[in-house]
Amino acid sequence: MSNEALDAFINFAYLIAAVFFIVGLKGLTHPRTAVRGNFLGGAGMLIAVVATLLHRDIVDPKLIFAGIAIGAVIGGVLAVKINMKVVPQLVATFNGFGGIASVFVAGAEAVRDTESEVVATQTLVALVASGIIGAVTFWGSLVAIGKFSELDFLDRLKFPLGQWFNALLAVLLLLPAAWCINGTQPVVAYWLVVLVASILGVSLVVRIGGADMPVVVALLNSLSGLAAAATGFVLQNNILIITGALVGASGLILTQIMCRAMNRTLVSVLFTSFGTEGSSSRDDAGLYATTKSTSADEVAMMLDTARRVVIVPGYGMAVAQAQHAVRDLSDLLESRGITVEFGIHPVAGRMPGHMNVLLAEANIRYDQMLEMQNINPTMAQVDMAIVIGANDVVNPSARTDPSSPIAGMPIIDVDKARTVVVIKRSLSPGFAGIANPLFAAENTLMLFGDGRQAVQDLVAAIEEG
Amino acid sequence: MEILVTGLTIFALASFVGFEVITKIPATLHTPLMSGSNAISGIILTGALIAAGSEKSTTATVLGFFAVILATVNVVGGFFVTHRMLAMFRKKD
Repeated sequence: MSNEALDAFINFAYLIAAVFFIVGLKGLTHPRTAVRGNFLGGAGMLIAVVATLLHRDIVDPKLIFAGIAIGAVIGGVLAVKINMKVVPQLVATFNGFGGIASVFVAGAEAVRDTESEVVATQTLVALVASGIIGAVTFWGSLVAIGKFSELDFLDRLKFPLGQWFNALLAVLLLLPAAWCINGTQPVVAYWLVVLVASILGVSLVVRIGGADMPVVVALLNSLSGLAAAATGFVLQNNILIITGALVGASGLILTQIMCRAMNRTLVSVLFTSFGTEGSSSRDDAGLYATTKSTSADEVAMMLDTARRVVIVPGYGMAVAQAQHAVRDLSDLLESRGITVEFGIHPVAGRMPGHMNVLLAEANIRYDQMLEMQNINPTMAQVDMAIVIGANDVVNPSARTDPSSPIAGMPIIDVDKARTVVVIKRSLSPGFAGIANPLFAAENTLMLFGDGRQAVQDLVAAIEEG
Repeated sequence: MEILVTGLTIFALASFVGFEVITKIPATLHTPLMSGSNAISGIILTGALIAAGSEKSTTATVLGFFAVILATVNVVGGFFVTHRMLAMFRKKD
């Protein structure tokens, strides 16, 4: 085949791969079709990779197969062995790998190009974009992984000058960027761009708090796609541009959904820290004076007459690994004719859909998991709402107190249920660092204890009673 | 310049397709969506293959080799872990 015909063939294969990706993503709109959708995505990838191997620039495939073998073993072991508990870390790892792979590919292309010819300005601009986005994605993801794993030194890591430090870095970034686009020494300049962007990636994410992590993970997901798209412009490779745009759009939608669920803008998530400005613990003692504590036996007794129960999980359920105990509770209640549903806030947990994955792992049915806007309208008809390890997402002051730092944030209206049982270790505040009047409400009972233990006690109490 | 415009056209249209398709994905499946999109953004592997396989410069080959490993981890790990998650959702549906 002539070179031109071969190029056309490869590009045609890329088109088919792109169609597979889009149809595959479309499959994710329902759990029934989702597994097939994922297979389609895999098939698209196989087509794209095999077609690329025919490329005339590939002289020696030995290294390629070695690299694929190593990567496949690492990826396979990761995917099969990993505990669902660390899925946030895993997703952040993949985000980061996508980013740094783009940095390497764009860097390799810079070396290849500049040795032989003068490079077009538009290619150099794309090169700079790949370097910046890829490096920020990689280092930002590493910091996110550290935060998920609760590495304490990250909290102590403080850059001087606050937000001015980031602004300064952004300006500093312009120098090597301009040098690179100018084209005299693009390779050296490119790695300088990558260096400065790496520091920026760390300093941007390191100051972002736990409650905002779902936004950050979604944003890094988007950036990993955009890095691939930018590299696509460097290589003039259509499949990279298409796939990068798809992933970029996907991550951006998730970012938007997360921001809306917290009633915050992306800018405020990135550049202001949450909960530090509020006047916390002002009159917590007074507020909590009317708090009532309960026991597993008492809750079991009340459940005797309940017909509809809603369970609202939060990050605390993930920490306590209480999802299997929760499933036992749900099964037991259903076996007694009680309707059990789960009300899931979009930002419950550390990433979009975090609670759903944990519940699915514990065999909770898909149709039991309801989104916030679907559960709220019928909350007044709920006999008992059981809150497990959630706090800010059920805090009614978001609705009632305009001066609250979380004012206007959509919440799950558990306070409207006939009885609310909050399973929690103590009355300590959540991520936002503010008091929760729900705990002192007339219809609220506090069941203090470790999430898993408390649910197990409750199950035992129901079985006895 | 023409190549750039073609590229931007493809990018813009693909973004719109992405927005349309992904807006319809329910919140319950947002984590598998993220790991699945991680897997397909492993498409950077195509660029990595060319960088690793061409023998123009040692630096480029080495960079390409590492990129092949990283991108393959994303592809293989991403698709498998997504499959694991989706299988959990389907179990009792």
